[in-house]
Amino acid sequence: MLCFGIGRQIPRGGQEWQVPVLLDIRNVTKTYDGANARPVLRDVSMTLNRGQTVALTGESGSGKSTLLHLSAGLDAFDGGEITVDGTALSSLDDTGRAALRRDTVAVVFQQFNLIPSLTVAQNLSFHARMAGRLDTAWLQELTGRLGLADLTDRYPEHLSGGQQQRVAIGRALAGRPALLLADEPTGNLDETASGAVLDLMLDLVALSGTALFLVTHSRQIADRLDRHVHLSGGKIA
Amino acid sequence: MTRMALLAFWSHWRRHPVQFFTLIAGLALATALWSAVQAINAEARASYAQAAVQLGVDGTEILTALDGPIAVSQYVALRRAGWQVSPVLDGTLRREGQSFRVLGVDLLSSADLPAFAAPEAAQNFQAADVLTPPGRLFASPETAASLAHLPDLPPIIETANVPPDVVLTDIGIAEQLLNRSGQIDRLRVMPVQSAGIPPLADIAPNLRRSTQTSGETDRLTDSFHLNLTAFGLLAFAVGLFIVHGTVGLSFEQRRAMFRTLRALGLPLRRLTVLAVAELMIFAVIAGLLGLAAGYTIAGALLPDVSTTLRGLYGVPAANTLHLRPEWVASGLGMAILGTGLASVQALWRLWRMPLLAAPGLQSWAAGARRTNRIMAVIGIALFLAGVVAMVLFDGLVAGFALLAGMMLGAALILAPILSLILRLGARTANGPISEWIWADLRAQLPGVSLALMALLLALAANIGVGTMVSSFRLTFTGWLDQRLASELYVTARDDAQGAAIEDWLTPQVDAVLPIRSFEFSHAGTPLFVYGIRDHATYRDNWPLLAYTPDVWDMVASGTGVLINEQLARRSQIWPGDTLTISPKWSLPVAGVYSDYGNPTGQAIVSLDALLSHARDVPNRRFGIRVAPDRVRALSQELQTRFDLPSTALINQAGLKARSMEVFDKTFVVTGALNLLTLGVAGFAILTSLLTLWSLRLPQLAPVWALGMTRSQLARLEVVRSLALAALTALIALPLGLGLAWVLLAVINVEAFGWRLPMYLFPLDWLRLFLLALLAAGLAAVIPARRLYRLPPSDLLKVFADAR
Ligand SMILES: Nc1ncnc2c1ncn2[C@@H]1O[C@H](COP(=O)(O)OP(=O)(O)O)[C@@H](O)[C@H]1O
Ligand SMILES: [Mg+2]
Repeated sequence: MLCFGIGRQIPRGGQEWQVPVLLDIRNVTKTYDGANARPVLRDVSMTLNRGQTVALTGESGSGKSTLLHLSAGLDAFDGGEITVDGTALSSLDDTGRAALRRDTVAVVFQQFNLIPSLTVAQNLSFHARMAGRLDTAWLQELTGRLGLADLTDRYPEHLSGGQQQRVAIGRALAGRPALLLADEPTGNLDETASGAVLDLMLDLVALSGTALFLVTHSRQIADRLDRHVHLSGGKIA
Repeated sequence: MTRMALLAFWSHWRRHPVQFFTLIAGLALATALWSAVQAINAEARASYAQAAVQLGVDGTEILTALDGPIAVSQYVALRRAGWQVSPVLDGTLRREGQSFRVLGVDLLSSADLPAFAAPEAAQNFQAADVLTPPGRLFASPETAASLAHLPDLPPIIETANVPPDVVLTDIGIAEQLLNRSGQIDRLRVMPVQSAGIPPLADIAPNLRRSTQTSGETDRLTDSFHLNLTAFGLLAFAVGLFIVHGTVGLSFEQRRAMFRTLRALGLPLRRLTVLAVAELMIFAVIAGLLGLAAGYTIAGALLPDVSTTLRGLYGVPAANTLHLRPEWVASGLGMAILGTGLASVQALWRLWRMPLLAAPGLQSWAAGARRTNRIMAVIGIALFLAGVVAMVLFDGLVAGFALLAGMMLGAALILAPILSLILRLGARTANGPISEWIWADLRAQLPGVSLALMALLLALAANIGVGTMVSSFRLTFTGWLDQRLASELYVTARDDAQGAAIEDWLTPQVDAVLPIRSFEFSHAGTPLFVYGIRDHATYRDNWPLLAYTPDVWDMVASGTGVLINEQLARRSQIWPGDTLTISPKWSLPVAGVYSDYGNPTGQAIVSLDALLSHARDVPNRRFGIRVAPDRVRALSQELQTRFDLPSTALINQAGLKARSMEVFDKTFVVTGALNLLTLGVAGFAILTSLLTLWSLRLPQLAPVWALGMTRSQLARLEVVRSLALAALTALIALPLGLGLAWVLLAVINVEAFGWRLPMYLFPLDWLRLFLLALLAAGLAAVIPARRLYRLPPSDLLKVFADAR
């Protein structure tokens, strides 16, 4: 698992020359400031390849969300290194991390993903347009497959929870990012809705060639992915 | 349970001391400005009332003649017939640029006046001294001080029982001082009359009986006080925006605590009562602080207000402030009422608070869209109501109705207009970020619209009053230049010396222009008629507003009269009409000139015409046309040659400077209130942005997660605040100009009797615009800094919290 730090410059089309490892987490530690200054992550290491799908499980409070946030450049870690698409995150400042979120990774949280003041259509295209990669045909296909075609003029608060999460998934995949990080995206939905949304997501992830790092509680879902890692006691088991 | 709740309530303020300070400061500020204005008004009104008692005009019945002064023979006839009446001579004594009201009364029949009747009066003077020449003058210590250096005046007795700028004396002495022997302006009818006296019509059919009030000045000063009150109310309203903001914020932040308390079993009713009690305690604390501050502000402003009242309206006004219990009570009442008003929304939300979810900002915005439409309709209706009031009625009240309709209407229409502009602006967006900025501005609007209304009102008031004052100043300066065309003015000791000075001056200067006047009366008010010698100085400079083509020839030949604007508007006489100066003397009006700052009527005729209709017209004052570089030497020579006091010589430049000084003082009060109001509006923006803070994060966190930095977002927050302030300022401009127009063309005419041309001062607008941006920018910087420094994990909580 060598990392030459050049993956970022390689054009998207040149698959054969890209370093296969997309996300490389090495000996990462993270401690939150506060009363119980006990490390949440201790010496965590793992990798995720291009196009690969990996499930992350663990007890509540085991640090799954934390690991996902660190991988997305949403927060800074204390020790170790995380490399995304050849870029070492410890070397990035605020601007660099923002660029990573804009250009390379997409995140779907448990809830409140959408920009409340924008319509569904505006939300769907937002991320791809920010990254300068709007592909209208692909966006239309996504919108249709996610069953959002009739909702494009609505505002997020007039959508059900399931609809909102579908918009969030559509928005994340519209720019075909290299990596999709999803933190219990259906954790707030009932079982039926949850199953349907996850099925859709897995299909579309496969279709767009995006790698997926998915935090989930469900063994069943975890089994459908390429690999499965478990976080416990601040370490990957 | 209640104890625990109280502790929980208190702990919030312990953790948010700045918020506590803001709340108290906002409320105290609002109360301070309001009660300062009230204190000033109360003090001035008390001075009027006191003066009325001191001068014996508090509702006394009087007799006046329709056609000038009352003859002594009529007075004698009335007394013979058994009428108990007391003669009064009321005139203006002008000496060396100062003027005093001289009130001559009959000491014996007016012994009830406070100046004579007060217990300490007996020690101050002997009746015989007062009655026999040189007599005595009664004046307040202040007035006595300014009279002290004037030559040829009887000894002055200082007393607190005469209003400022008034000299009370025996009628015989007043006749000499005013040069009006044998004249009586009015007769006071004593309250007790003997039975069976013949009716007035039999003895003196030309006299009218009426109750004396200070009518004209009442109306003038009322408008001044109404003006102040309007400003006080505006400042109070703007202050309430702050209270509204902070109360909203404190309730928003305690939402979780309220929920916990309720979950623990505290009844909603008791929770609400506690919240109300808390607010009332704050209201009383802030009200008391505000009263203290208001008292201080009023004390600082009162001297300027008095100068204004005396200089502009010629009414007495005191310089010192008294603490009145009813003022304290009304101030506290306003603070409590204001707190209640400003907290209604927060309390209502608390009352309706669901135990679980909170409504999102977007549904708030949707609700706001409906409210917008209603507000727009009400706003337009108010606007129209103001215009209709103006069309249907005239007078000061209609003018103020128009003002109120305009201001309130515009405030209500503001949010709908801004919303419309933002919707149109969104069409110009070409990237995802700019699209979001426009949409987000619109979503933010309901939360800040109250603060923006405050800003709108403050800016419009600033532009309006600023335009009025500056127009006034410009007009006044131009007018002074015209009116004070002579380079030097000299006042002789008496007529003989006047003649000597004129003879001596004539060969060595360009022109000597006598300034001679005589007091007539017109429609029951004094009319000062000036006689002038025809000269280019008048023809070239006199500020005429309306005139016939051969105006100066008419005046010169004694076949026309010029009148001042006040007289023209009050009596509705304009060029082509006729002015009746006395029963035997009427002249066609040849022109109308502006005469700012003069409450009385004035007319100008040729000197010959004046001298043929009035006896004993003093000839002591002269305007001297001379090269400016000779003014200094000439005035020194005049002083030594004729042994004149330095005050007898006034050079034009000095007089202008002094006039402008008095004028500028006039507007210190409104200027101060203006700036304070703008500051308060900036503060209101800050508090509303802080209130919105907890609602902002869910808006910002997704955009941050999608690839923007906190510093970019923070900068955008400032830009947004600036944009809203800039838009509001742009809307405030036409509103402010409309306000200025109403003030200049409607209120001024009604209140003062003159109309001012309106000038525009774009540089002032620019300054104000920048000031508004500064206020909005400063207000936004604090929340923006907070955003910039916010740890990412706090932003991430947005996606995890079950809100
Ligand atoms: N912003 C934060 N500040 C302090 N502690 C935090 C913060 N976020 C998470 N934690 C703590 O870190 C631990 C891991 O949290 P998290 O990564 O959210 O776990 P998971 O997603 O597996 O439930 C928990 O004990 C949580 O309390
Ligand atoms: Mg989690």
